[in-house]
Amino acid sequence: MTANGIGVPVRRKEDFRFITGQGQYTDDVVRPGETRAVFVRSPHAHAKIRKIDVAAAKAMPGVVDVLTGAQLAGDKVGNLICGWMIHSKDGTPMKMAPHPALAATTVNHVGDAVAVVIAETTAQGKDAAEKVVVDYEVLPAVVDPSKAQAKGTPQIHPDVPDNTIYQWHLGDQKAVEAAFKAAKHITKLDIVNNRLVPNAMEPRAALADYDAGNDSLTLWNTSQNPHVARLVISAFVGIAPEHKLRVIAPDVGGGFGSKIFIYPEEVVCLWASRKVKRPVKWTSERSEAFLTDAHGRDHVTHAELALDSNGKILALRARTIANLGAYMSTFSSSVPTYLYATLLSGQYDIPQIYCEVDAVYTNTVPVDAYRGAGRPEATFVVERLVEVAARQLGLDPTDLRKRNFIKNFPHQTPVIMSYDAGDYNASLKKAMELADVKSFGKRKRESARHGKIRGIGYSTYIEACGIAPSQAVGSLGAGVGLWESAEVRVNPTGSVEVLTGTHAHGQGHETTFAQLVSERLGIPFDSVSIVHGDTDKVQFGMGTYGSRSGAVGMSAIVKALDKIEAKAKKVAGFMMEASENDIEFKDGKFTVKGTDKSVGFGDVALNAYIAHKFTGAELEPGLKETSFYDPTNFTFPAGCHICEVEIDQETGKTDIVNWVAVDDFGTVINPMIVEGQVHGGIAQGVGQALLEGAVYDANGQLVTGSMMDYTMPRAHDLPSFHVGLTETKSPSNPLGIKGCGEAGAIAAPAAVINAITDALGTEDIAMPATANAVWAAMQRTSPKAA
Amino acid sequence: MAQVSMTVNGKPVTGDVEPRTLLVQFLRENLRLTGTHVGCDTSQCGACVVHVDGIAAKSCTTLAVQCEGQSITTIEGLATADGKLHPMQEAFRENHGLQCGYCTPGMIMAALDIVRRNGHELDEHTIREQLDGNICRCTGYHNIVKAIEAGARAMAK
Amino acid sequence: MYNFTFHRPTTVRQAAGLLARNPEGKLLAGGHSLLPVMKQRLAQPSALVDLSQVEGMTGVELKGRSVVIGAMTRHADVAKSDVLKEVLPGLASVPGSIGDPQVRNRGTIGGSIANNDPNADYPAACLGLGATIITNKRRIAADDFFTGMFSTALEDGEIIVKVSFPIAKKAAYEKFKHPASGFALVGVFVSKRGPDIRVAVTGAGSNGVFRVKSFEEALAKRFSPKSIEGMTIPANGMNSDIHATPEYRAHLVGVLAKRALAKATA
Repeated sequence: MTANGIGVPVRRKEDFRFITGQGQYTDDVVRPGETRAVFVRSPHAHAKIRKIDVAAAKAMPGVVDVLTGAQLAGDKVGNLICGWMIHSKDGTPMKMAPHPALAATTVNHVGDAVAVVIAETTAQGKDAAEKVVVDYEVLPAVVDPSKAQAKGTPQIHPDVPDNTIYQWHLGDQKAVEAAFKAAKHITKLDIVNNRLVPNAMEPRAALADYDAGNDSLTLWNTSQNPHVARLVISAFVGIAPEHKLRVIAPDVGGGFGSKIFIYPEEVVCLWASRKVKRPVKWTSERSEAFLTDAHGRDHVTHAELALDSNGKILALRARTIANLGAYMSTFSSSVPTYLYATLLSGQYDIPQIYCEVDAVYTNTVPVDAYRGAGRPEATFVVERLVEVAARQLGLDPTDLRKRNFIKNFPHQTPVIMSYDAGDYNASLKKAMELADVKSFGKRKRESARHGKIRGIGYSTYIEACGIAPSQAVGSLGAGVGLWESAEVRVNPTGSVEVLTGTHAHGQGHETTFAQLVSERLGIPFDSVSIVHGDTDKVQFGMGTYGSRSGAVGMSAIVKALDKIEAKAKKVAGFMMEASENDIEFKDGKFTVKGTDKSVGFGDVALNAYIAHKFTGAELEPGLKETSFYDPTNFTFPAGCHICEVEIDQETGKTDIVNWVAVDDFGTVINPMIVEGQVHGGIAQGVGQALLEGAVYDANGQLVTGSMMDYTMPRAHDLPSFHVGLTETKSPSNPLGIKGCGEAGAIAAPAAVINAITDALGTEDIAMPATANAVWAAMQRTSPKAA
Repeated sequence: MAQVSMTVNGKPVTGDVEPRTLLVQFLRENLRLTGTHVGCDTSQCGACVVHVDGIAAKSCTTLAVQCEGQSITTIEGLATADGKLHPMQEAFRENHGLQCGYCTPGMIMAALDIVRRNGHELDEHTIREQLDGNICRCTGYHNIVKAIEAGARAMAK
Repeated sequence: MYNFTFHRPTTVRQAAGLLARNPEGKLLAGGHSLLPVMKQRLAQPSALVDLSQVEGMTGVELKGRSVVIGAMTRHADVAKSDVLKEVLPGLASVPGSIGDPQVRNRGTIGGSIANNDPNADYPAACLGLGATIITNKRRIAADDFFTGMFSTALEDGEIIVKVSFPIAKKAAYEKFKHPASGFALVGVFVSKRGPDIRVAVTGAGSNGVFRVKSFEEALAKRFSPKSIEGMTIPANGMNSDIHATPEYRAHLVGVLAKRALAKATA
């Protein structure tokens, strides 16, 4: 281990610019002559557009142009697409309805854009946007996903009967039915996985700049994956060919999934910039973000668990309705299918699993991946079922878990996944020690003395990260491969730039990736720069989501470093007049085996470029290598979170009084950063369980349309967290990394709800468990107690 | 248009603005001080916090013209001219009190106001309560709380 | 935000004159209620008359058996007033629960009272203490001042200059915060000054701040949490939203009243 190498809590390289206010986020970028885009958005959830009159708006001060969906269609700008094909159980392909960047004929959710004002200033644009007159014929709206398929429900898209996008399934239905028939005990649960609004603190933004001289476009964009954005905008939307479109994702202020997707606004800014021949910038306001950023979760599920008389799980079945909103967002189809049902085995040896998922359209904002994406929903189903089953059987919930843990690896689940490594007992045991579970009874009595009810809840979660082997995801319907690229450029002076196709928006890649390079090449940490987020610099990459940057992105860097080392050995061989096979590389030095002859990495770098010691015929000058790494399997981070709550008997307010997380992420590059990722994930999971929930009224108006109504977790809503690690290395990538970005969000909701239900003695509580909801649950169980 | 004059990070500045111009817009667009951010439009998130005459304020809920004659400090004004970081900035880096960095300027400016009001010895409960006006989506606040506690102590030295 | 003209008078008289000349104009105090509404384009004043430079509108003063607070006194300054903490700690605790620290650094008592947001804290304190709102024209008893949500007895051109709170021997405020906005989901102010017993509730009622006569009568016998043990108010007329049903709000009124009484009598 070097001073800044793997395993060291190195302080972050990127922090200086952020703590001094010198970060460069999209809205901070200014182009000469830039204009502002202000969108005219539908106030109705579902309506026909009869007519749009832009004359008055065009006459307003500062207005450059006003553009409509009809013009967009006239210019043959293509629709936005969903890039993951799902087939229904009857073999028919999913029904993807058209999603134009500006609606021309029908609006399908509140916030759907129908026109855009291009103006000198945002204020002038807003003044003018109010003057755009849209004549709507309001149609009845579909809001509740559980009613979207019912006969007589209004149809949202003409070619999608019953508003049903697909009816998908996974697993062996007959075998599951047989197992349930043989079961001694069946636990049943109805679960709503509440709809969430991602709310990365930096609102989305796009700045498009058309270069008429070269007929090319540059887009600065709040993106987690600029290359995918360029690919989709070129190949499907058809704004410009790939080589004429540069996408730059500069500093991005959080994503959590919501900035993976290709959105209407960036398409419109690009299109408009070409039309008005000036740069066009749009920066979302928060209230606009609530109405346009893809939301997360929103499942309605009935789930059942079959057990034998010894508490051994025999089978699990689940039926889920997934709300995908008004249009299919970029990866929406994969979230409630292959990212969800494939994880229903949890950490348990479950012989048979069957899951059916119906995805439906509603007149709400599109729903897509949000931190965890499918895996939090799966974990919530499994961990609630297991906890409730234990209570019903009179078993300790940890005991039931232990009886069913998978202990031998690799383990093939009945739902596609092959778990490669893990030790679930180890993380449970360590978490129970850290949480001092033994003394819980004493703490519970102490709480009772203060009018508080204390509860404890477990979540032994698993997730699949390192997304993902291209062949595997391709066979499951993905439109892209999910490999990653790296290019390592060694400069003549021995400093190194690493170009990565991943993208950091809070994860600290500039630091962790440099730790890897510094340790591997034996060069100072400060001599390494990480470059990402610019399609002109990085040739291609798949971006950052699904906790993939370590497991996949760093593996690509390792492969490129292997090549660098191989070539550098050749250069060193020429320098020391030795065979490359006799050169050893260690701690930044190339040594001829068995001699004291050695040269440093910097010398080799210089010699690679001056090429004085070899001819180009023997060895090409230069020291730069590229690698594309395609993972061989998913990785399977897992762990145990234990939550302890105190509930105020009079008000129903829940306080989280202790949180223990013990996670197995395989190899940890920077424990400080990993812990930070765990903290943030837990906060989002606690937010889902206690505070957050997007609510629509019956007309499709978003009731929680701002942070005045949508409860964001604040510092006083959360405790400090006790975070520990166990380690089984992933055998599927060279560093043994599993990924840590989503674990907290996946584990936390079940831990919280298991703790609250433990305290209350009723399973009848939905998320978010607000004070009102908990109080109402107490009223239902023992009205006199409260 | 109205003319407004104020001192920003120690330098006198003057600008012609519409009265409806928010202080944050004046800072970001007229002065190109883009360290102050906008994270919401309902005065909730605190990404825009600056100091007005030494007191923390949400610059998204303050008109530029209200600051006539006043002294504004932004995140860009905290480090010394030779680049030495303010102890609170240093504490955020040392304690990993930031991830994406977007809420960070507001957090640091709010943290300094917590110290102004509550002194240098801060307990966890006080810090969490006093961070009520600042939202972070990345960190779960754990390390922000640690950073503020450490930064407050370091400021006393 | 729509555009407007901006004015900075230095006297109350000038401010009143500006309001008279700009009938569609509005007073700007701390701006933390008005500016957010203007940003959403839900208000369109033609002019803003900024009171920040008007002399003599700030400060907390002991005057006889009352505490008088200048209308432009910021919440943070009221909260830290030593005078107030000594003679009327129940009132001193109110501004500390408003919004968040940055809001308290800018928001003012006069602005809060004039706005009469049905979830705001100060209206409960005014009604709960029987305060007198002093304007440039007259003195208005709190009982007459708050006339419904976002509605007050203030006439056109009338400016709150100060608020006078009688010193009650026993007084306390308890608030259950709206988890997202920080306003009062329910807030209850209780006080006892001689025979004058008050229980004022904010956040709960669909018509803004109100007094709970049934609690007050029960407390007339003995000013103690026990006196209202088991008492509730009807859910009918309570606000309803995703964070609290009418039944829950009604329940919280009882809980918070008891807690406030416990604090006031501690």
